Order: sequence, then structure tokens, then C-alpha cells
Amino acid sequence: MSDRRCTVLICQGTGCISGGAEQIFSSLEKEVTRLNLEESVQIKRTGCHGFCQRGPLVVIEPESIFYSKVKLDDVPDIVQSFLPGGKLVERLFYRDPVTSKPIPYYRDVPFYSKQERTVLRNCGHIDPENIGDFLAVGGYEALRKALFDMTPEQVVEEVKRSGLRGLGGAGFPTGQKWKACRRATGDEKYVVCNGDEGDPGAFQDRSVIEGDPHSVLEGMIIAGYAIGAKKGFVYVRAEYPLAVDRLKIAITQAREEGFLGKDILGGGFDFDIKIFQGAGAFVCGESTALVLSIQGKRGMPKPLPRPRTAERGLWDKPTLLNNVKTFANIPLIINRGWKWFASRGTEKSKGTAIFSLTGKVANCGLIEVPMGITLREIIHDIGGGIPGGKAFKAVQTGGPSGGCLPASFWDMPVDFDSLITAGSMMGSGGMVVMDEDTCMVDVARYFLDFTRRESCGQCIPCRLGTEQMFEILNDITKGQGRPEDIDLLLELSEAIIHGSLCALGKTAPNPVLTTIRYFRDEYEAHIDEKRCPAGVCSELT
Amino acid sequence: MKEELLRRVLSSYKGRRGDLIPILQAVQANFGRLPEEAMLKIARFIGIPESEVYAVATFYTQFRLTPLGRKHVTACRGTACHIRGAPQILQEIEKAVGIKEGEVTSDLEYSLETVACIGCCALAPCIRINRDVHGELTPERVEELFPTSKQCHPE
Repeated sequence: MSDRRCTVLICQGTGCISGGAEQIFSSLEKEVTRLNLEESVQIKRTGCHGFCQRGPLVVIEPESIFYSKVKLDDVPDIVQSFLPGGKLVERLFYRDPVTSKPIPYYRDVPFYSKQERTVLRNCGHIDPENIGDFLAVGGYEALRKALFDMTPEQVVEEVKRSGLRGLGGAGFPTGQKWKACRRATGDEKYVVCNGDEGDPGAFQDRSVIEGDPHSVLEGMIIAGYAIGAKKGFVYVRAEYPLAVDRLKIAITQAREEGFLGKDILGGGFDFDIKIFQGAGAFVCGESTALVLSIQGKRGMPKPLPRPRTAERGLWDKPTLLNNVKTFANIPLIINRGWKWFASRGTEKSKGTAIFSLTGKVANCGLIEVPMGITLREIIHDIGGGIPGGKAFKAVQTGGPSGGCLPASFWDMPVDFDSLITAGSMMGSGGMVVMDEDTCMVDVARYFLDFTRRESCGQCIPCRLGTEQMFEILNDITKGQGRPEDIDLLLELSEAIIHGSLCALGKTAPNPVLTTIRYFRDEYEAHIDEKRCPAGVCSELT
Repeated sequence: MKEELLRRVLSSYKGRRGDLIPILQAVQANFGRLPEEAMLKIARFIGIPESEVYAVATFYTQFRLTPLGRKHVTACRGTACHIRGAPQILQEIEKAVGIKEGEVTSDLEYSLETVACIGCCALAPCIRINRDVHGELTPERVEELFPTSKQCHPE
């Protein structure tokens, strides 16, 4: 490796940082300086590579050598490998969990080889704090194209024809939203990026912002041009301090380079973006609640019927609200065209889906896969199956609004609609794998504990209904369940679904409904035999 | 001194309604909590009833009216953490620092709260101490992070 130039990429995502990646970065820098290798070895920090479980991760380009679980003590050996006659550090190679064969290259690691990383293309490959890196991979080219080669109507049309659907959960057609916003009359309009990733078990918005903030900004600026807005807000959870920091840096750099502010790129279009830090309320993922929150109020969703946010949103002005990942897709669609985008995925769900693959699965991390991939491919091929020889029990998608699907769905193609048919939903993309040691009644109890805490409290079915469901589930896990409880849960679910004002309440029973539908025997074991088959409920073991 | 600090914090805002949450965040960052007096002044600064400031401050989980410990521990109760043993980890931490979720030790060394998700699910179960995330926790790791010799009692 000696005579060639190489770049050492050190992942600085939240996961890798918790494993000491910052210290590894500075130690590598020092060591390279000490050996006078600065000329040939470039040390670079990047955002999340996705394979968080194997972190801290170090990748060496151009060969794409992949080191995982790197420790501070490994730094001298890594740097030695850059010297004449230096050898690669084999002990840091990822090993195939089945054959134990070392895999030296990034692309050969099964976790990556089955993915289709387009939205995440830059995550882990560029320095998110350096706009030069982003520009070097074609960043802000889509903005240039939109501003100078396309009318706003053409941009809207391009997004519409691509078939992109909102990646925040509901899957509403993005182009339709843009069109409604473009048409809406108003002297002022706003673009809002929803990064209030409140779902427990999901971290993809955080990773996209931390790893490639400029792609999100570029998507927002293009959206502003398309609908005729001059101002944008990124709503990020305050729980994501690193994402907030990176976003601040990105906005400052984009302003300095003329991509934000007055007269962008000399094309006569003004647009600027502010960060709003969400103060922690799951319900603020709902559009009207999020808007109220930016206005400094309690985030309580407005009851239906009400005008769409696209017509009357922030300060009653037309407001385009899209998820982080939706905006990150926009530059791709503008650059490569709607046909390319629509050529991937399934008939009604185009493009890719990004999941946080976690729980009882061998390879945890952030993955991007084409829509329509099967659960088997995700959990078995990319995820490496269930560790410890345990049996798969269920996969939970869609967070507290979604449901738990059993092994019979193993070969179901995953997209927006198939998940809804199965009783779950895409949600913001959390995917939690559960094995035989997971108790499904406890999981249902867990989610209802979450929704009852997060219910904003303004409507009774949600506020009291979730509380009652939680109490019943709590009793069942404590061995105090009664035979009629299952029917009571089903009845309450119906009332909450029909009576609640917003999606939080309307979807809150989903975890209970799916666990009853697919794992009724576990409920019965708890109630009739006072037994927890998974051995989780401490009072029944 | 404190009043001067509050004045300085407020001086970077125009006092619009939409400034309320950022102001509360900035005040909390400077004072470690939202003191009652500060909330009264904020209400006057923006020109809204005090009850409205209080309503917002108590709606969002980020805001606290009581002080934080020097080491503020946030235990994740996200889904991935839950099924990988977070409830047990929380119990171990409560045992080690001698306080329950939502409490502060009397010497203000530790405060403990839970959060819906830290977003570090691949390293579940995880906690955050101030800004640092600690992942793949086991009861043994909890013991290392919280040496029990310094047991404290709740306020």
C-alpha cells in the first residue's frame, strides 16, 4: 500500500463515537503526522456507515478496506500498514459469522452487499462538516439544474412522476403535496423538514442528518424554489445534539458558498433555513402539532376537519412538510430523472426504504433497500439472522403505530401497502427483530406504556383509552388477566381507532391488535395458565 | 448575577411568540432548569400569560423545573433497548446511584431520567451520561460506570 495515496475514513456517527471513534480519529492523525505520512495519507471523519454494531468503523480508500470494532490500541498497526512493506491489519477484518472467513473489503461484507445505498450514498464516505467533500461528489448540482434548467412547475412534475412517497410514515405521494403547496395562494410559504424522529427504535433521520446534511438542505432549497417559499425550518429533536451541530455547520457553509440566502447562485431566488429544536414530544411528528410547536405552543394536533398543512400551516401560511429522507431523495430525482427513480421498487412504492434494523438480529444498523425486498432478505441476508441459535418470533415495524409480524410474513415483499395490509406500517422505518425470548404481551404492554405517556391528552379516547389498555396489559403480564380481557382489548381498540383525533391515537392499538391476531396463544397462556412462554414476565416465571 | 444572565439570554431574542421554545431551551441550558422567576420574566418578555409559559414548559419532556445532577443520566427505553434488557439496566442504575427515575441525588451528583429513544438502537441497551452515549450495557458495565461506593440518597 506504500506508494499510493489513500484516504482513511473514520466513522463519527453517534454509535461509533460512543465506542471511542473521536479518540481514534485524533490518534490516527497524530500517528500519521509523526511518521510524516501526511502527503500520502489523508485522515477524514465521516457520518454514519450504518453498521453501528461493528463500530467503531474505519474504511481505507481507494481499496475500500473495511476495519470493524477498531480500538485505540489498533491505531499504530493501522498506520504501519501505510509504510513500505506494511501489512493490512487482518484481525480487524469483518468475519463471516458462519464460516469465520475474514472479509477484507467493504463491498463483500454481506451487510452491505445486498443493500442499495442511494439516499445513503454519501453517508460514511464524505466529511459531513466539509462542504467541499459534498461538492466533490456532485453536491448542489441538482439545485443548479433546478434553478437554471427547470421551471418550478417542471420540478413539481418531476417529483410527481417519480412516484416518491413521503418517508416519514404515512407514505403520502410527495408530488401531490408539492403541487397542492405550489397552487396554494399566499404571500408567504414555508418549507419544513420533519426530523422529529420520536419513534423508539428508529435512528435513520439522525443518521442522514449526521452523515449527509447538505443533501437534506439541497432537497429543501429545491422544494422552496418549486413551491415558491423563501423560508425553511428543519425540525430536529434536541435529543440529537450531534445532528444539530452538523446541521448548523452545514447551513453556515451553504450560506458562505451562496447556496442559501439572497439570490442563490445568482439565479434571483432567495431562500434561507433555520433550525428548530424539538423539545421532546412524540406527537409533534404529526403535522399540525409540529407546526404549533414551531409557533411556540403546546403540540396538540388540530381536530378534523381542518385545512391541510399544505394550504394553512405555519402561521396559517401554506407549508410544505416532508421528512428528512424524503428531502434527501430530491437531489437524486432531479439529477437522475424521474424515470430512473420510478424504475426501482414496486408498482406503488418507488425507490428505496431506509430501515433501522435492530433488536435480536446479528447485524444491527442502518440499511437502505429497494422497496419490495422480502423480510427474509432483510433479516436473514443483511441482518445475518438471529444470534445465539435462537428462533425468530416476530418483526416489529412502524414503531408504536405499527405492529408485530410473525414468521409467516417472511417472504412478503416489504412496501408501504403490504405492511398496512398485514396490520403494521412502514412508519418512519424502525425494524425491531424479536426472537423466542421476547414476550409479545410484554411488547404490547411496552408500546401502550409509550403511547399513554405520549398522548397529548386533549381527546378522551386516546388519553383514557391507552391508559386503560395499558392497565389491562399490565395485569395480564402480572398474572392477573381475566378470560374476557382479550375481547375487552379488542373493543377498546376499536373505540380508540374511531374516536381519536389524530394518528397517534388512531394507530396506538396496532401493536395490541397484531399481537392478538398473530400471537393469541401467548395472551391465553398468560391469562389461562398464568405462564409466560418466553420467560420475560417476572411474576409468572 | 442570575438576573444579569437571564437578561443576556433574552437579549438575543425579539420576544416573538415563536421564540418561546428556543428561549426556554436557552434558559435551561444556562440555568440547568427553568426557575419559576425566569418563567415569569419570559412571560412578560413575550407578552403572554404566565400560565401559557408554564403550559408549554410542562408539555415537552425536555424541560425541567427541578435542577439536574452534575452527571445527568438518560436511560433509553426504546424498543430495541427494551427487548435487549433495558428494564434490568435501569434497575441496576437505580440501585447503583440510589435514586429512581425522575429524581436527583441530594449532593446533586446524579440525576436520572428515561427517554423514549436515544437513537443508538444498534448498540442497545444504551444510556447517555451528559453528552456521552454508552452502548451494549450489561449489569457489569453499569457497575463500572457507577461505582457504588458513592451511594447517595434522594433529595
